[in-house]
Amino acid sequence: MLVIDVAKKLRDFEFAAALEAPRGVTVVVGPSGSGKSTLLRLIAGLVRADAGSIVLDGRVLADERTFVPPYLRNVGMVFQEYALFPHLDVAANVAYGLRARNVHATERDAQVRRILDRLEIGDLSAQRVGELSGGQRQRVALARALVIEPAALLLDEPLSALDPLTRARVRDELRSILDNVDVPTLFVTHDQSDRAAFPARVARIEQGRIVAEAS
Amino acid sequence: MIRAATIVASLLLLAFIAVPLAGLFVHLSPAQIAAGLASPVARTALRISLVTTLISLALTLALGTPLAYVLARGDFRGRSVVDAVVDLPIVVPPAVAGLALLLVFGRFGLLGPPLRAIGIELSFTTAAVVMAQIFVASPFYVRAARSGFLAVDRDLEAASATLGMGPLRTFAFVTVPLAAPALLGGAVLCWARALGEFGATIMFAGNLEGISQTLPLAIYLNLENGDISIAIAISVLMIVVSLATILVVRRYERA
Repeated sequence: MLVIDVAKKLRDFEFAAALEAPRGVTVVVGPSGSGKSTLLRLIAGLVRADAGSIVLDGRVLADERTFVPPYLRNVGMVFQEYALFPHLDVAANVAYGLRARNVHATERDAQVRRILDRLEIGDLSAQRVGELSGGQRQRVALARALVIEPAALLLDEPLSALDPLTRARVRDELRSILDNVDVPTLFVTHDQSDRAAFPARVARIEQGRIVAEAS
Repeated sequence: MIRAATIVASLLLLAFIAVPLAGLFVHLSPAQIAAGLASPVARTALRISLVTTLISLALTLALGTPLAYVLARGDFRGRSVVDAVVDLPIVVPPAVAGLALLLVFGRFGLLGPPLRAIGIELSFTTAAVVMAQIFVASPFYVRAARSGFLAVDRDLEAASATLGMGPLRTFAFVTVPLAAPALLGGAVLCWARALGEFGATIMFAGNLEGISQTLPLAIYLNLENGDISIAIAISVLMIVVSLATILVVRRYERA
């Protein structure tokens, strides 16, 4: 369970959102500029809140006294433009978080292979990320975030960088991958069809506030 | 008409720059150049130049890299002022820089007496050569490094952090590799500027053989003292180094 209740002064409005996300996907819908990315960045620890708290499975990530830095949170994040490391190949991108955890090379390679196979991109492992299609990039970003076995998964508009034709296909694939992810997963989007595609909990965000939640 | 004038003007300036430089090569035979460079004066100056520029470069990298990163990423008041201070030595005349250093670190400068009290004398030493070089040349590295860091997508650093890498490892594994062409280009430019440093060095470090006489100062001395072949030989060497610098920097800029 991910429990968020935070406030932060932004340039245009006061961000003040409260949300409880149990295991499984919660879709957060809102127009652009509504504070969706801020919500994810607060949870990941990339942005500090002015007040409030973030608690993940009973572990306080942030409150008045505590601020766990992003590299100690174990929260996986898929960035809007995927943020793959352009100087590394696919396997090295996916292995990055394991390297950070000082996982031994043999074990690391095995885990990378396993996740790449699970996401059906094993044949891409030696490719440079610059040579990948949008859909492939998204899978690599997902593999990179999942291989560290995160305690929560954050997806920042994971389909918006794709062209409309691939989007529908990748959305279906993403859904079947996320079906097997058993941690609180926030899927942030401005696109109503994403919301329709996920038979999930939905939270609506406007002007930095969660205005409605539905199952 | 305009086309012809453009061509003539361009050729004039090009010839004005290229002809004197090329002319240095025709004064002496290759054997004479080799003999000039083998002379004790030239060899000592070469040694001083190599030692001081490498120390200057190392110190500039050590101190300038954090500064460049702060300038690229930091969000603080007065950054534009810091930016301007960093760039200042590029436009300040080297003689002014030398005088400024002398008035602070010189024997009768602001910090001269307290430094002397603890046994440190800086002016007219090899250390003074290094200081003059850092003062004049470090901005070339800091500027290049700053724009190199600015060009690194911040989300890549954020991604590294969410994957478990702390700030130092993120810097080493993501920021530096991605900014590497800019860092290397800036380092080469900085080193070349330090190698050619003359004005600040002669003001603050003097022209003492074996202590502060670098290659450019050796050219000046040998021109005055009459052994012009040594001056020419060193000049030829420096042109070759300069040309190599430009080729290297171009290469990294394209990368």
